[in-house]
Amino acid sequence: MDRRDFFKLSLAGGAALAAGPALAREDKVIPTEALGLLYDSTLCIGCKACVAACKEANDMPPEFLPDSGQPYWDMPLDLSGKTLNVIKVYQNGKMEHKDQVQDGYAFIKKSCMHCVDPSCVSACPVAAMQKDPVTGVVSYNKDACIGCRYCVAACPFGVPRFTYDKAIPQISKCQLCRQRWAAGKYSACAEVCPTGATLFGKVSDLKREAARRRALTPGSQTVFPRGRLGGPDESYPGVASKYVDRLYGQTEFGGTQMIMLAGVPFEKLGYPDLPPRSDAARSETLQHGLYRGLVTPLVFLGALTYAARRNVKDEEGKDGSEGDHHG
Amino acid sequence: MAEHAVSHAPAPLGGRLVTPVTVTLAALALAAAVVLAFRFIYGLGAVTNINDGYPWGIWVAYDVVVGSAFACGGYVMALLVYIFNKGEYHPLVRPALLASLFGYTLAGASVIFDLGRYWNFWHILTPGYAQVNSVMFEVAVCISLYILVMWIEFSPAFLDQLGFGGVKKKLSKAMFLFIALGVLLPSMHQSSLGSLLVIFGRQINPLWQAGYLLPLEYLMTAVLLGFAMVVFEATLVSVGFRRPLETALLSKLAKFIWGLLIAYLAVRVGDLLARGALGNAFRFTIEAASFWAEMLCFAIPAWLLAAQARRNNPGKLFAAAVLLMLGGFLLRINGFLVGYETGAGWHYFPALPELVVTIGLIAFEILAYIVLVKILPVLPAQSATH
Repeated sequence: MDRRDFFKLSLAGGAALAAGPALAREDKVIPTEALGLLYDSTLCIGCKACVAACKEANDMPPEFLPDSGQPYWDMPLDLSGKTLNVIKVYQNGKMEHKDQVQDGYAFIKKSCMHCVDPSCVSACPVAAMQKDPVTGVVSYNKDACIGCRYCVAACPFGVPRFTYDKAIPQISKCQLCRQRWAAGKYSACAEVCPTGATLFGKVSDLKREAARRRALTPGSQTVFPRGRLGGPDESYPGVASKYVDRLYGQTEFGGTQMIMLAGVPFEKLGYPDLPPRSDAARSETLQHGLYRGLVTPLVFLGALTYAARRNVKDEEGKDGSEGDHHG
Repeated sequence: MAEHAVSHAPAPLGGRLVTPVTVTLAALALAAAVVLAFRFIYGLGAVTNINDGYPWGIWVAYDVVVGSAFACGGYVMALLVYIFNKGEYHPLVRPALLASLFGYTLAGASVIFDLGRYWNFWHILTPGYAQVNSVMFEVAVCISLYILVMWIEFSPAFLDQLGFGGVKKKLSKAMFLFIALGVLLPSMHQSSLGSLLVIFGRQINPLWQAGYLLPLEYLMTAVLLGFAMVVFEATLVSVGFRRPLETALLSKLAKFIWGLLIAYLAVRVGDLLARGALGNAFRFTIEAASFWAEMLCFAIPAWLLAAQARRNNPGKLFAAAVLLMLGGFLLRINGFLVGYETGAGWHYFPALPELVVTIGLIAFEILAYIVLVKILPVLPAQSATH
């Protein structure tokens, strides 16, 4: 093969590559029976009962504040290998008013968003991260995991965490307490929440509830459910909140199964402004474009084999010393 | 032509194996082994600074991503000699292949040190576990296969000594197939090492988040690095073992490098302009400084290699090769570490033991190369005694 031939072939290959990503991987849709959480920052009082309940339900060790001199209380500041759920606080100025940007404060929950199209599932090379086709829960299987931490690096929410201090480490992330379902229980964080700030249920029901709250006149009397939607009535009367005009998780990153309402902008609460198309969709579009059916690599291999065969033979002829010069 | 080929037939270099250089290298490798013992007993956190904000440190970004790209000499020489049929470069093939063989084998082995649950590593190649949508799956399969293919390509150098002359003869008939695979597989995984960053989305600074162009940029620079490494190694081998410089051959090679370098710069700068990402380069940030350092490492060689006179100058040629290696190194470190940002409050700089392991790996690689060129027919013989 001379150089001109090779360039022709490369061009053909290049055209195939360029055409590849054009066949974009379709966006994933949320399962109809998807389960999730609705977190309403305006209802959260920052009691952290959910943090304690999560630790107990998932058998996670306590985390002590470094340098506090008080190794008695579990005081996680962020998600970690030991903490799957945490309540953080936004603070500004004098911190006088709840859910206000200036001189105010607000609470925010951090735990797995259970994305419709999760980066961790797409990144994991050994299917240790999986999305349940019925409930949509993103689960982790440590027996499959190789500990490469591509999921940790890929997640835009910083959710999967790793136990760096262990000789036998693993990934830690919220799995919506799926191990408790068999006993008729549900996510511990929602179960113990005294104000219904964290609510468990089908995502379709949760979205309806979120829409109802957003339609209320701020300050008017209403009723807030607690625990789980579709379970026993644990609702209580309350006052409608003023929200920023956004249901976080509705469109972000292809949608999530934990959805959130808040009184201050989500960027201030540490939630990134993400595009509607997930990174997993982009990454898989690229990989499928290049490798679908191994067509491109096989064509390329055919051309290379043809060239190598001719040129190695030529060389044998020239050298007269058979097979001694193959690299 | 026949005489030329004979005079360049590879032969063992011979000489003493225990020298101050080899002893120093062995000591560095031993230090790495001690650190690794700690890593396996006490966990990754005991010897590295990686954290949930920077879950990948230099053991991934350098040992695997940069290390395998530095080991592309064998790949590019095979491409040049066997695919583009440039037989005159043949003397450079076997030494380049040996360096690649070690670079890749160690990059592959070093993955084990970094994997948290390393005892499960075989899952990645096992149906039922393997997840084909993952870019890392593609990288792992291709690198594993390539290491195997390179050992087969290199085996003529040691099959004779092991008394497998018959196997060698049979193998030589099928060698063209392994040579083709030896060009295909690195093209695939070197581009995929760039694709790894696509799923990081906005966590990568726009200066390096080239999206669908990432595989092209990483592939082009891997080829550039491969050529640069060939020049670098050939020069060091000539100086270190007091052999004549292969300047004529290398400066001709430099012309190829220059052409590819210009093409790369066009893609890289064109992409930055098209995405409107260049604004990030004009801020007082570490990212911007590191970006300019990277670009200079590509721009200076583009000037150095542009003129015939400079290409013929061994010093300038060597300088261009070193700068290109640094540029390829920076592109990868910038993409995977400097330009990676998962949120406020996270920091990473390698811990001393972490560096000791990386340095020890490099030392072991050089040590093995020195030992093997002394005992195996790798470097072209200097006299025509055959």
